[in-house]
Amino acid sequence: MDPLVQSSQATPRGLHSDRRAEFLLGAVVAGVVGFVLAMIAFVFLEGWPSFAHNGFAWFGSGGSIDRQTEAIFTSANLKQEPIYTFRAWPIIWGTILVTGLAVLLSFLSALFVSVFVVEFAPDWMRRILEPVIRLLASVPSVIMGLLGVLIVVPFIGQHVISDDMRRSVSFIVSLNGYSLLSGVLILTLMVAPLMTAVFVDGLRSVPRGWIEGSLGLGINRWRTFWKIGVRTARPALVAGTVLATARAMGEVIMLAMVCGGVGFSPNPADGLIFFLEPTKPIAAAILQSAEELTSPPMRDTIFAMASVLLFSSLVLSLAGWAAKQPMKRYGVRA
Amino acid sequence: MTATTPPADLTPSHDSPTPLSPPGAPAASAQRRSARDSSASWRLTDRIGLAFAWILGVGFLIVTSAIVLFLMVQGLRYLKLDLLITSPSAGFSESETGGFLDPMIGTVVMVLMAMAIAFPLGLCVGVWLSEYGRPTALARVTESSIEMLAGTPSIVFALFGTLLFQSPALAFFSQSTDGIVYGRSFFAAAAMLSLIALPLIVANVREGLQAIPGHVREASYAVGKTKIATTRRVLLPAARPSVVTGAMLGVGRIIGDTAIIILLLGATLKIVPATDVPLLGTLQGTGSTLTSFVYQNAPTGEANQPEKAYAAAFVLLLMVLLLNVAVDVAVRRGRKMAWGS
Repeated sequence: MDPLVQSSQATPRGLHSDRRAEFLLGAVVAGVVGFVLAMIAFVFLEGWPSFAHNGFAWFGSGGSIDRQTEAIFTSANLKQEPIYTFRAWPIIWGTILVTGLAVLLSFLSALFVSVFVVEFAPDWMRRILEPVIRLLASVPSVIMGLLGVLIVVPFIGQHVISDDMRRSVSFIVSLNGYSLLSGVLILTLMVAPLMTAVFVDGLRSVPRGWIEGSLGLGINRWRTFWKIGVRTARPALVAGTVLATARAMGEVIMLAMVCGGVGFSPNPADGLIFFLEPTKPIAAAILQSAEELTSPPMRDTIFAMASVLLFSSLVLSLAGWAAKQPMKRYGVRA
Repeated sequence: MTATTPPADLTPSHDSPTPLSPPGAPAASAQRRSARDSSASWRLTDRIGLAFAWILGVGFLIVTSAIVLFLMVQGLRYLKLDLLITSPSAGFSESETGGFLDPMIGTVVMVLMAMAIAFPLGLCVGVWLSEYGRPTALARVTESSIEMLAGTPSIVFALFGTLLFQSPALAFFSQSTDGIVYGRSFFAAAAMLSLIALPLIVANVREGLQAIPGHVREASYAVGKTKIATTRRVLLPAARPSVVTGAMLGVGRIIGDTAIIILLLGATLKIVPATDVPLLGTLQGTGSTLTSFVYQNAPTGEANQPEKAYAAAFVLLLMVLLLNVAVDVAVRRGRKMAWGS
């Protein structure tokens, strides 16, 4: 009990209902927490058979993932041992590529855009930019996917990919515009506003006096803002990046629409064609095989994919927390 | 942070945009400012940085306006009144396949149902975290699980939903034949959608409550109100703008989500009731929302009617736009009654 409440002349009935309210609220909270923990546990448990059958080779490469998926799916219908062989490297690599490139691109642009918005933009521009950023951050991913499928993908297919390129890899994979590049571009458009919004909030809360102090020493505006403002706002930069990475990793619909849905791992050794090759990130792979949940071995495999996704998002939020710790002493809260 | 300490960030940050020069002496400061501002005297790297910021800022503005304008133009071109008032149906040509009345109803129903679950829960968790938070261990665990929820991809929720609602114990919430539970219904989708709205609501409720200075609570205790009465009668009304903001943000997420809808709502374009019971049967049945309608009608989907997809996307975008405006209004109202200024 709060000392203030105890010392006041609360009626027994009042105190009673107060305690009951606290208990009820606590019960609701415990229920929510229990549900979340149960969810995590169940997803991991359901996916376990797939991991158990493959061992660490699950994460390795080998064979065509699309053919493996098919074998796993059909093995449930026959009166035989279910097949579990699964080598997830293509979709893991796809996730890493798409997420990493998009987050890298959007980090750079979000940093400059947020500095611009907070410090250098003329007033009228800032007044337009801020709501526009927020609006873009909340555009549903299916709309971005639609734009991607109807504009970006045909554009890449017709104008970026030349016949020579098509021919050079035609015996491995067909290039038609559904590609890593289109996925990365649109994903950048989706997560950059999110990042920018967090960065802007962080940069805003840099104490004005610090900036003024630096300016008073005769340091120019750019350098001041870069060295004092951005550095002070580092926790916000970390927070924004973690948020955006989580969103990018969990992006399903847009990537399923735009990336081609072929279990192919783009090979950096191919040079620039690498960006034009199709891929399939984990989340999109789950969505595309969601129809196959009826087959028990397939279902275990799908849940195994989901638990990889879940695990990475847990690691991500841990990493963000750890990265923020040393910066906490200086800088702004985020 | 405990409930009674005044929050550290009653910042003056939002209210003064960024005039760099100190107030007063307008002519002199303008002169000084222009001298300092002329980037001609800066080092090359600084000038490049500034140029980069300008280019990216302006580029961002152009790209985003292009996207929004393009969607508006396409949407207005293809949106016809009969699309809004007819149900989707099977057909061979564009004129036979109907409109998207059912998906629109689906979106509204989805928002109402998911918020009916998420809002009270989020309010409870937010209040508990901000005002009670004991035992401390539970508070810690709660914080991290809410953070976990916020970071979890929605496809994982969708998968868990199929697992949960296909279990015989929850057969009531969807269609079942011969003991096999279909597991796809408005109930199932709403329950999982509420999970993606929950963290936003919790965070905003909590933030709003913590922004209220401790002396407000103490004043309420001093006149003999209990803690729960203080929370209900004093703190929550005072924090209403943030509560509203959180709810709106949650609605935005619910409207925009597609993965959960496709996996758990059955993705039948029409609303198909499970039984003949008027309302309950519908909610136990399958349906669609605007997002899944757009997905199905995109070239990668099964229906492939881009024009209808554009029209539906336009309606969806309008909803999001309205929500954004509503959030803006709520935030501005909250700022007007900010404490401690």
